[in-house]
Amino acid sequence: MACCHSSRRQFLGLVAGGAGVFTLASLPGAVFAAVPGDLRFVVVLLRGALDGMAAVAPIGDPLYLEKRGAIALKPPGDSGGTIALDRFFALHPALGAVEPYYRSGELLFVHAAGNGYHTRSHFDAQDLMETGLTVKQGESDGWLNRAIVVLQGGDKARLGLAVGGAVPLILRGKAQVASWEPQGVGAIDNDLIAALGRIYARDPLLGPALAEGIKAQAFSSSVLGDDTMAKGGMGFGPKAFAALAQAAGKLIAAPRGPRIAALDMGGWDTHVNQGAETGRLAQNMEGFAAGLDALAKAMGPAWHQTVVVAVTEFGRTVAVNGNNGTDHGTASVVFVMGGAVKGGRVAGDWPGLAQLQDNRDLRMTTDARAVMKAVLRDHFGLARNVLDTKVFPDTAGIKPFDGLLRA
Amino acid sequence: MAASAAFEAVVAATRFGYAARGDELSAIAADPRGWVTRQIDQPVQPAFPAALPPSQRMVAALLQMRRDKQPADRKAFNDQVRDVYFAELTARTDAVVSSPTPAIERLVHFWSNHFTVSGFRPFVRGFAFAFEREAIRPHVTGRFVDMLLAAERHPAMLLYLDNALSIGPDSIVGQRRDKGINENFGREMLELHTLGVDGGYTQADVIALARILTGWSVARLNDAEPGTFKFYPQIHEPGPKQLLGKVYAEAGEQEGIAALRDLANHPATAHHIAFKLAQHFIADAPPRAAVDQIAKVFRNTGGNLAAVSKAVVALEAAWSKPFGKMRTPGDMVTAACRAANFTPPAPFLAGGLRTLNQMPFYAPSPAGWPDDAASWVSPEAVLRRAGWCETFANRVPGPPDPIVLAGATLGEALPADTLQAIQRAPSRRAGVALLLAAPEFQRR
Repeated sequence: MACCHSSRRQFLGLVAGGAGVFTLASLPGAVFAAVPGDLRFVVVLLRGALDGMAAVAPIGDPLYLEKRGAIALKPPGDSGGTIALDRFFALHPALGAVEPYYRSGELLFVHAAGNGYHTRSHFDAQDLMETGLTVKQGESDGWLNRAIVVLQGGDKARLGLAVGGAVPLILRGKAQVASWEPQGVGAIDNDLIAALGRIYARDPLLGPALAEGIKAQAFSSSVLGDDTMAKGGMGFGPKAFAALAQAAGKLIAAPRGPRIAALDMGGWDTHVNQGAETGRLAQNMEGFAAGLDALAKAMGPAWHQTVVVAVTEFGRTVAVNGNNGTDHGTASVVFVMGGAVKGGRVAGDWPGLAQLQDNRDLRMTTDARAVMKAVLRDHFGLARNVLDTKVFPDTAGIKPFDGLLRA
Repeated sequence: MAASAAFEAVVAATRFGYAARGDELSAIAADPRGWVTRQIDQPVQPAFPAALPPSQRMVAALLQMRRDKQPADRKAFNDQVRDVYFAELTARTDAVVSSPTPAIERLVHFWSNHFTVSGFRPFVRGFAFAFEREAIRPHVTGRFVDMLLAAERHPAMLLYLDNALSIGPDSIVGQRRDKGINENFGREMLELHTLGVDGGYTQADVIALARILTGWSVARLNDAEPGTFKFYPQIHEPGPKQLLGKVYAEAGEQEGIAALRDLANHPATAHHIAFKLAQHFIADAPPRAAVDQIAKVFRNTGGNLAAVSKAVVALEAAWSKPFGKMRTPGDMVTAACRAANFTPPAPFLAGGLRTLNQMPFYAPSPAGWPDDAASWVSPEAVLRRAGWCETFANRVPGPPDPIVLAGATLGEALPADTLQAIQRAPSRRAGVALLLAAPEFQRR
């Protein structure tokens, strides 16, 4: 339809001609106006289990070389070696694109972080990571959606945004969220959309989705135009992520845009040929780091009001398996990045490699929900009791991670 | 005819088949449930008329390309894979469009999604469709255990889930090379293919199954039949293994077969399969009684999939709530092709399905495509579906009269407002687009 590649004015004209199907509340102006705050939060879900010990290597651990064997990384200073973060930890060279953020104090890592559960099933673990629970409970909504419900307090102004494909579980729930993905189907006929608007009205799923979709497309085309690098986002490999991240940055940076976004990146399930400085995992990391960098740059001044947290469902075995890869583990590393972050350090308690979870995995010393709580408390001002009961139910024992953000 | 029979005819054609075509609905209305069960009782038609390469040839081509490592060969190989993918996609779509037994085609697609192999790992792309033809299709109304064995022993699966490389640490090769097992195959087999994630197994069981399955691999170029299943005793982990409380004595290749037979007969497997079937044919959150009933038939018949499928058809819940399920994008595309009796060119099909995020055999993980509306209905996705319906309608030869097509496809289930919207459409093509995008066609 013309709405998808045309100006907001034309779009409003279309809606006004839409035979009363669209209520005032669904007009884009009403939705994107008067956003109550300018603080941004992006959650990146690294699906497939990122090897945290490869991303941020504990090269100072006396057992590091022995335990990691063939996939141990070279020390800083060696050609193609790791990048020193402090005396103990070093960054994988393929993540070099985010080093400047670490140096400028806008990136920190929370190491040996898990999600409070012990399953080694990708699919169960991802569901739990996204619902913020540690035990499966039939139908549940996503914790980020619950946070949005609290934040918007009945006002629909602060929309969440799902970037790339379907709305992930983390953003599903009572609050309507927008979604965007690259390279749509192109122009759809205005009359078809208007007619569908009428007959979808009685469908509880298709009706609201179409209404949101029209708003989101009008908004995203006005923000992104037609010439984004979004075309690169249609691929399947690690390079596709940068385009998604860039678009996400532009959309949430826009003056009347959504403020909370979730995006996915897969490709972390490195059972075979994980590699060390180069290889499958390194290629994925390179795409990931390029994406974080693209997101930051796309945001312009809004970056200063932004926190990005990247989490994975669990880590990987400390030891290499039979195929120069790693199997499903427990703790990994969490990335916390943004202009609002007090970074330049590796936080969390290092559990050491002498004692492993089930004799195979890095033990968890920080629950990633402590990091999420800290962002919601210190960035958005959510009260502790709301965090402990509504956003992450029954988690009074998990304290927000202090000192994560700039005062 | 009774209104209920006319309505059930639509349910039969859309929920159990893909979509009614031509004047099918009136014939189905004579006995909607019988129309489905008679398909299940017939022998499954073996393959498609087109000459498509068996997996063996494509696996061997992959091995050859990997050995030669010549850039020119790599390009020729990739071109061949693309051509095969398109030819397969056309044949698979044609099979639904022209089939007298569309319920069988739906079962084939259901089961190949259950045993997912995915081109997310690029080497699988040349033989993913062949996997479905060879390991899934012959067994959809046969025994589950036979499908399980065929799927897990197929080179596509052994390569996709890394078992072809898994080496017993105490095997002859393992001792010499300090290599080890790969847990991936054992874990996904327990979690996704058989017991289900809540099926009561432990990490120790994952490792035990992975050890049992060491040696199950693919014949290399210098073997007798390259590209087929081959057991390599020199990488098989020796000694007894304990899986789910039972000790499997050292028996080489047979150990895995015995373990898979036990997994197929496990009550947790019956429940897991029953849940997935009920979710596919009844509702995203299916009633527990329905799941229990299907599981009971699975157990009582030793996993006879004809009996199990007919148990689904026999459930009132599968007929009571029309259009309770949202079609996945692939379902929508396939159904549109059958309704319009038209198979568009493969690049159009593949491109559309890619835009809709469900390119065949490109599921993002071994769990396969999700089968619930929440995974597929997002604001952007709904616009894309509408956009696809429009571009498809612009390609349908004719184009057909949308009012006639709506009657033939949705019959008694066509609501007045949808019909009115189609009648008011500015052109035949716009009317066809509207019919396909209508809620009644987006659901099944």
